[in-house]
Amino acid sequence: MANVVLKDLRKSYGNVDVIKGVDLTINDGEFCVFVGPSGCGKSTLLRMIAGLEDITGGSLAIGDKVVNEVQPKDRGVAMVFQSYAIFPHMTVRENVEFGLTIAKATKAEKEAKVAEAARILQMEHLLDRRPSQLSGGQRQRVAIGRAIVRKPEVFLFDEPLSNLDASLRMDMRMEIGKLHKDLRATMIYVTHDQVEAMTLADKIVVLRDGIVQQIGAPMDLYHHPANLFVAGFIGSPSMNFLDVEVKGRDGDALVVSNGALDPVGVPSTLEATTGTRLKLGIRPQYLRPSTDTQAGKLHGTVTLTERLGSETVVNLRLTDDSALIAALGEDAIFDRGRNVSLSFDPTRAHLFFAE
Amino acid sequence: MAIVTPENRGLRLVVRYTVLTIIAVIFCFPLVFMIMSSFKPSQQLLTDTGSLRAFLPVGDLSFDNYIEAFARAPIGLFVFNSMFVTGTTVILTLLICSMTAFSFVYLKWRGRGLVLSIILATLIVPFETIVIPLLLLASKLPWLGLHGIEWGWLNSYRVQIIPFVADGLTIFLFVQYFKDLPGELIEAARVEGASWPQIYRRIVMPLSGPVMATAAILKFLAMYNSYLWPLMVVQKEQYRPVMVGLQYFFQLNIAWGEIMAYLSLITVPVLAFYLLLQRAFIASIASTGVKG
Repeated sequence: MANVVLKDLRKSYGNVDVIKGVDLTINDGEFCVFVGPSGCGKSTLLRMIAGLEDITGGSLAIGDKVVNEVQPKDRGVAMVFQSYAIFPHMTVRENVEFGLTIAKATKAEKEAKVAEAARILQMEHLLDRRPSQLSGGQRQRVAIGRAIVRKPEVFLFDEPLSNLDASLRMDMRMEIGKLHKDLRATMIYVTHDQVEAMTLADKIVVLRDGIVQQIGAPMDLYHHPANLFVAGFIGSPSMNFLDVEVKGRDGDALVVSNGALDPVGVPSTLEATTGTRLKLGIRPQYLRPSTDTQAGKLHGTVTLTERLGSETVVNLRLTDDSALIAALGEDAIFDRGRNVSLSFDPTRAHLFFAE
Repeated sequence: MAIVTPENRGLRLVVRYTVLTIIAVIFCFPLVFMIMSSFKPSQQLLTDTGSLRAFLPVGDLSFDNYIEAFARAPIGLFVFNSMFVTGTTVILTLLICSMTAFSFVYLKWRGRGLVLSIILATLIVPFETIVIPLLLLASKLPWLGLHGIEWGWLNSYRVQIIPFVADGLTIFLFVQYFKDLPGELIEAARVEGASWPQIYRRIVMPLSGPVMATAAILKFLAMYNSYLWPLMVVQKEQYRPVMVGLQYFFQLNIAWGEIMAYLSLITVPVLAFYLLLQRAFIASIASTGVKG
């Protein structure tokens, strides 16, 4: 196993900069997830680590070795692709042992390693089938099997679950998590699904337009987002953002308010003077309803209620005409058109400069 | 759009199959005419062409034309020559053109776009315009044989094979096919440790059955039917292919029956080869839109 160190890593296509200087250290045995919206450069970054894309600038080290100019086969990485990329003319067994065959492993060694991978992934009964005879989940297992038999230093996953249906995705997600625990291997995983990122990662790297927005543990990112983008990207439903104005400072807190929000002191280190326009971020889960319309800090009218079973998502139109989402308990009953008042813990709210 | 009901669906099928059958029969006419005529004496053959009898096994039928044809020309030798030249050319073409296309599609080298454009541009150059310079070249090229260096390629198998082992059309077919293969398969093989030659041999070529069948049939037909080039470069009977062998029958008295018998005989390998690869050929034509 090995750590992976990226120093000011850059990638350009002609004049277009795609990766704009990434500094990152992924420790040995760590599960690191690159997350971000489409086009943010996360897959490009993974492909640069795999050696499938040239590096324009900076350095990439796997273990103690800088591998900028090293061929993919000599980097000690294995990759699982979004489309599985299983060779359709080979059986499952031939697919799984492909890397070993190329490395001229002995027959006994191949058989032992394939058997072990098949046992780990519970696909012993599939070994003699062709890929066309497999379901999506089984194909993904084969792709993972092909990756693990070579015992690579680093596993790379490029949105491996995005072609699977919802329930299978959850099963495979758990299996990948278990695999990481069993193998204790360094894994780098690309996804646009923040649920996958939150559940699997030891470390999440949030990317936007080729720039790292924040690096941290899942709950760090959730509770302490570095900027508006991370705050909006991590968490489901997304964080609410309200346009507020600074009314003054009260110790460590900035007192803010707007037409729908009574003045409230939110702990913040932002250097903002009275009158500055800021964004107040409140997670939907931290809003609490009150039937007493004067009791809370926020006031609005219910526009839509969605019952999801474990929780009820309530959409509101605030008195200043902005929209707000509150994730409430499963028993919360709010009819459309009803006036409600919401309260929240100011220490769990966030203030950002507007972008 | 017309509505398809269970009643008119059957009728549509009948009409469709009737039209297709008529077209198929029309396409078979020349072949049927050739085979039927090969069993008829020349006089009757010419008389029959004025009626539908030309397509029917009627009148004085015999194998005389075949016996005469074998007596007049060394058909076995000609068929062997053609099969050897054609077979070798097809195999070498598949190998060389697929490797060339592989390089254009997968290997990133400077100027490959320009080189591919030049190769594709050769498709619009008629063979007749280059045949004289090619003949002059072939007559002066060296060859390292069993008796040291020989000069001039005329009267040999190599002069019929080597100029045709790479062509723009076959390279184009392979390039288009390779571009459609999922790129992630190639990337997966690279990450798994495969070298480019291994990717060519283990991944790309095993997945290229349809395009190989198409290229093989097109090349086979072109080579087997070639006439002008072998006529110019081969004077010795020893290396003469079937199409040039046709000359043996165009003498003072043209023996049409024997010609038909000869043509029937030399058509057999073409039909056999086509039937062998028919399924893959049709699949490939249907998927690439390339016309045969």
